[in-house]
Amino acid sequence: MKKQFMMPLIIFGLLVVLLVVGLMKAQYIRDVPSPLIGKPVPQFSLPTVGQQPQTFSSEELKGEVSLVNIWASWCVSCRAEHEILNHAAKLGIKIYGINYKDEIADARHWLQTRGDPYLKSAHDLDGRIGIDWGVYGVPETFVIDKKGMIRYKHTGPVYIDDLENKIIPLIKQLEAE
Amino acid sequence: MNVIMKNHLSVRFVSYIVLCFFCLVSLQLQAGPRGAPKEPIVFQDQQVEDDYLELSEELRCLVCQNQNLIDSNAELADDLRREVAKMLKKGQSKEQVKDFMVDRYGDFVLYNPPFKAQTILLWAGPFVLMFWALFAMLRKIKANKTENNGDSSELSEQEKEKLQAILRNK
Repeated sequence: MKKQFMMPLIIFGLLVVLLVVGLMKAQYIRDVPSPLIGKPVPQFSLPTVGQQPQTFSSEELKGEVSLVNIWASWCVSCRAEHEILNHAAKLGIKIYGINYKDEIADARHWLQTRGDPYLKSAHDLDGRIGIDWGVYGVPETFVIDKKGMIRYKHTGPVYIDDLENKIIPLIKQLEAE
Repeated sequence: MNVIMKNHLSVRFVSYIVLCFFCLVSLQLQAGPRGAPKEPIVFQDQQVEDDYLELSEELRCLVCQNQNLIDSNAELADDLRREVAKMLKKGQSKEQVKDFMVDRYGDFVLYNPPFKAQTILLWAGPFVLMFWALFAMLRKIKANKTENNGDSSELSEQEKEKLQAILRNK
C-alpha cells in the first residue's frame, strides 16, 4: 500500500528532473549538430567583397589553422560579434569570412566602418555556398585545421567566453597537431 | 478625481499610440537578407511537382525548427525549396535530394528520423514503455485475483449474521 502511494511521487520527481534539465539545456537545443565536423571544407570559389577583384577559394583554407566566419551586414548579432572578431584578429588568429546574402556595397560599408578582421571575405550573394556549409543562422563560425578539415562549429555570435574558453584552446591544440 | 482619471487615460492613450508607431517603424526596419530578386517556382512535369511537394513537407526548416519547408516563411526555407526544385528538375531522385540535405544539415533536417544507434531510444522507447505498462497491468490484475480468491470474495460467518440481521430488520 505504501509502495503504491510512493510510485506517483517518484514518477513526479523524475519528471521534474527531466523538465528542469530540459529547461537548462533549452538555449543549446537550437544548435543543430553539424554533420560537417571532421569533414573537409565544402569546395567553393567566390569573388571577395574587397574593392580589388580577387577570388577566395576553399583551397586557401589548407595549410594553416583558421576560422571561417559567416557574416552579413543585415545580421544584428553579427554586430555584437564583430568586436570580438577584431580582437581575435589582433591576437593573430587567421579569420576568413563568407559574406552571406548581402549587397556588396553594404558589406564594404560594414568593413569600412567597423574594421575588417578578415584576411579575405567571399561574397556569397545567393547563399548557395552557405547551404553547402550547412548555414542556418548567421553568424556561424567554423574552426578549420591545417588539412582543411572542419573541426568545430559555433552557431550564433562568438562571445569573449567562447573565444577564450573554446576557440583559442582548440586552435592551440590544432596547431600542435 | 475626474481630472486625474482623465489625465491617466490620456497618458495611456498617448503611450498606446507611441507603441503602435514604434511597432510599425520596427516592421519597416526589420533586418533580413537581401539577395537577388525571387522568381516563383514553376514546374512543367506533374511528377516532379508532386515529388517537390512531398519533400518540402518532409524536410525541416532549420530556422523555424517546428516547421517544414512548405510552412516556413524563413529566407533559408525559400532557398532550400528552390534547391530542392532545382535538383528534382535536373532529374535527381528524392533520395538524392534527402542525402544532399542530410550531408549539410544532419538527420535533424528530416522530420522522419532514420533508425540508428542514436535514435534507438526514440524509436524503441514507446514500445518499451507500452510493454512495461502491459506487464505491470497484468501483474496487478493477477495479484488482485489471488487476493480475491482468499476470504474476501466470500462472507465470513460474522458478516453473514450481520447481513441477516440487516435483512430481518427491514
